[in-house]
Amino acid sequence: MIATLFGILAFLVLGLIGVFRGRDANGIVYGASLGISAALGIVGLRALFGAAPATLVLPLGLPWIGAHFRLDALAGFFLLVVNLGGVGASLYGIGHGRHERDAARVLAFYPWFLATLNLVVVADDAFTFLFAWELMSVVSWALVLAHHRDPANIRAGFVYLVMASLSGLVLLLVFGLLAGANGGYAFTLMRAARPTPGIAGVAFVLALLGTGAKAGLMPLHAWLPLAHPAAPSHVSALMSGVMTKVAIYAFVRIAFDVLGDLSQWSAVVVLALGGATAGLGILHALMESDLKRLLAYSTVENVGIIFIGLGLAMAFRASGFAAGAALALTAALFHVFNHAIYKSLLFFGAGAVLSATGERDMERLGGLIHRLPQTSFAMLIGCAAIAALPPLNGFVSEWLTFQAILLRPALPQWGLKLMIPADGALLALTAALTGACFVKLFGIAFLGRPRSDAARDAHEVDRFSRAAMLGAALLCLLLGLLPGVLVDALAPVARELLGVRLAEQMALPWLSLIPIAAVRSSYNGLLVFLFIVLATSLTILAIHRFASRAIRRAPAWDCGFPDTSPITQYTGASFAQPIRRVFAASLLGARETVFMPPPGDMAPARIEKTLSDPLWEALYAPLGVWIAWLADRLNHLQFLTIRRYLAFVFVALVALLLALALWQ
Amino acid sequence: MHAISFDVAKILAGSLVLTSFLMIYQVRLLALLNVLGVHAFVLALAVAWQAHVQAAPELYITAAITLIFKSALIPEALRRIVVRLGLHREIENVTSLGLVMLAGVGLVALSLEVMLPVTAQADPLTRTDIALALSVVLLGLLMMVTRRNAVSQVAAFLSLENGIDLAAAGARGMPLVVEISIAFSVLVAFLVIGVFLFRIRERFDTVDMHALDAFRGDRK
Repeated sequence: MIATLFGILAFLVLGLIGVFRGRDANGIVYGASLGISAALGIVGLRALFGAAPATLVLPLGLPWIGAHFRLDALAGFFLLVVNLGGVGASLYGIGHGRHERDAARVLAFYPWFLATLNLVVVADDAFTFLFAWELMSVVSWALVLAHHRDPANIRAGFVYLVMASLSGLVLLLVFGLLAGANGGYAFTLMRAARPTPGIAGVAFVLALLGTGAKAGLMPLHAWLPLAHPAAPSHVSALMSGVMTKVAIYAFVRIAFDVLGDLSQWSAVVVLALGGATAGLGILHALMESDLKRLLAYSTVENVGIIFIGLGLAMAFRASGFAAGAALALTAALFHVFNHAIYKSLLFFGAGAVLSATGERDMERLGGLIHRLPQTSFAMLIGCAAIAALPPLNGFVSEWLTFQAILLRPALPQWGLKLMIPADGALLALTAALTGACFVKLFGIAFLGRPRSDAARDAHEVDRFSRAAMLGAALLCLLLGLLPGVLVDALAPVARELLGVRLAEQMALPWLSLIPIAAVRSSYNGLLVFLFIVLATSLTILAIHRFASRAIRRAPAWDCGFPDTSPITQYTGASFAQPIRRVFAASLLGARETVFMPPPGDMAPARIEKTLSDPLWEALYAPLGVWIAWLADRLNHLQFLTIRRYLAFVFVALVALLLALALWQ
Repeated sequence: MHAISFDVAKILAGSLVLTSFLMIYQVRLLALLNVLGVHAFVLALAVAWQAHVQAAPELYITAAITLIFKSALIPEALRRIVVRLGLHREIENVTSLGLVMLAGVGLVALSLEVMLPVTAQADPLTRTDIALALSVVLLGLLMMVTRRNAVSQVAAFLSLENGIDLAAAGARGMPLVVEISIAFSVLVAFLVIGVFLFRIRERFDTVDMHALDAFRGDRK
């Protein structure tokens, strides 16, 4: 525990070095962050398998509360996730940070960001937690505004700050409700105090709002696709890969640990929001042509999948089906781990493309597989992993989630009976759309011919960046081949939160994964991998043996008429068009207009597509208008006489006293 | 503890509330300042009685401070200010005094209604004191809101402060340090307000707050 706090302290000191040394400190800051993250990751790993949770109370913060810290299995797991992301991002930053325009602005806040991410995970009382949480918001906001001269970034920062404040405010209310009248702000006291079902229900809804707003749960996701791409790429990786996970940690901590028993209806709400988030998130991603925005929307989708898993766990637990709850929770946390790795990898790749070409727009990329072979290889692995293709890790967690969904007949409540199959269908659709989305990403950006000069003249990025990407890709493959390692590692978390664990997987022969029973389902990543390797090698061998040995390069088939202009290629928008017409016309308000020049006019015909976010128009825009209207009405309160102000104070006091008198 | 000690404590606290009503009703400035002196005097008596009943000698010091500063020095100084400003024949125009008095009665009822159930477990001696102290505070606020003249607003503020003192004396007394610092802050506030009154008068020829509003520059 002490080691964690020293690590956090070291991050804070490192931030000061970043402030004073600026660009010169690039290697020091990222190198040291790498070291500290690695050490903290090991601490997390030890806590995951540790016997008893380590606790520590320091006389900091509010005088009569103090600062409580606790490192149990759940915190240990998330410490591992946070610092794995930290190691990757720091390694990537050593190389990528050198090209940074505003290096000092990033270097000052980057270690602080890591520090706050760690601090949230180990906090064990409401004050420390909220302090770390808000500091995390503010520091990440500063990182979003690292390139603050771009007006789009300013807007992103503003929207992000508003949503972060909302989340902080709502969580404050949650802890206020749970602490009760006696002010038991330590989580230990909150756990012991069993709130009434009404209070617990309100606290749960607020906690879902507060943590969901930070994780990117719909309809509170609006800031995420704006803010995550605005930050420098390795920070985007941390925000998408790690910060959303910290928000999910907060949800798990409150819903599973502090609140304890919840009704089945709360599970229905989580399942509904998770399903909607997953489906709409990936649909948004599919429509996007900006590389980093696409990845940010895909983060929204993955958060939805994780919440589906968590909702299933809540449903099973509320129905007293502990084994199912353990499976669903394991699936959700497995997905947390996976997403932290491959989303970091994909953001690293997007950053590599950005620094190699200066482009984020897919429609101006293409053919990068020849210019950036190693980056492209790592990105291919990342795309396959996030698209849940076996034998990679993404498949395992989604497969486990499906296994949990298929346990549904055990549930008695009709809300769940309706919601779980709906989520299953949505998850299946989401998986398919994710496949399409990442085929689009890889196919348009890395295959084909370059669509711009920048893409044609791109150069492979530095070795640190490549090492970070290839390392993450290797981790994706290893986790896919040996999923039992992580499933077993999650057993202490499940036992801590639910009292039961999944059967031990590593002891099974041939490294199979059997979550429930062998007759029901099993998966063996190693066999799938061997099959893929063997089948591919045999095919290659057969082709080379029986057909031609030589590799020929010839013009691509283009209706028999190879046009040299890359504009004739398939574009991202054209790839997404069928899906846009089927789904997005109603859900995202996608419209296509064809502009035909009048006869005789030589101008080309144009097709224009417009997209809108109905959620933004239905929810955010009216809210903004309403707040502006209210502020306008209330503006004259700034110009009252002293007596009027006194009268306001007086009337407010009397009204509160009256309320108190009536309420008693 | 004798029943008589409750009764005397209640009578004194009740008299403080009554004096607050007198202040609200009093529209002539000099008379108002006299009532302010009486108000503080009653407070000093109430605090001294608490000191006697609770056998808390430090409360005698509070009572002495109240007696010297609040009941003698401050009203006298305010009186001189009023005379020097030439306001001693001023009669303030307070609209619908009867309604204000009725509202004051309502406030007393409200504070009893709020405080008595809340302090059910408290020492019965202090229970009524705290409830009545709250009504003195509320009456002071009411007076500040209804008055226009700066001098009477100052008097209202001082009566409000007396209410806080009464509550503190009931709750086994404030620590002496707090007590003295509050006494000084009241004194400083009084001095500052006194100086300001002259300055305002010099500049604007009036201490009517209503007239001052016309000079505010930050209006739309």
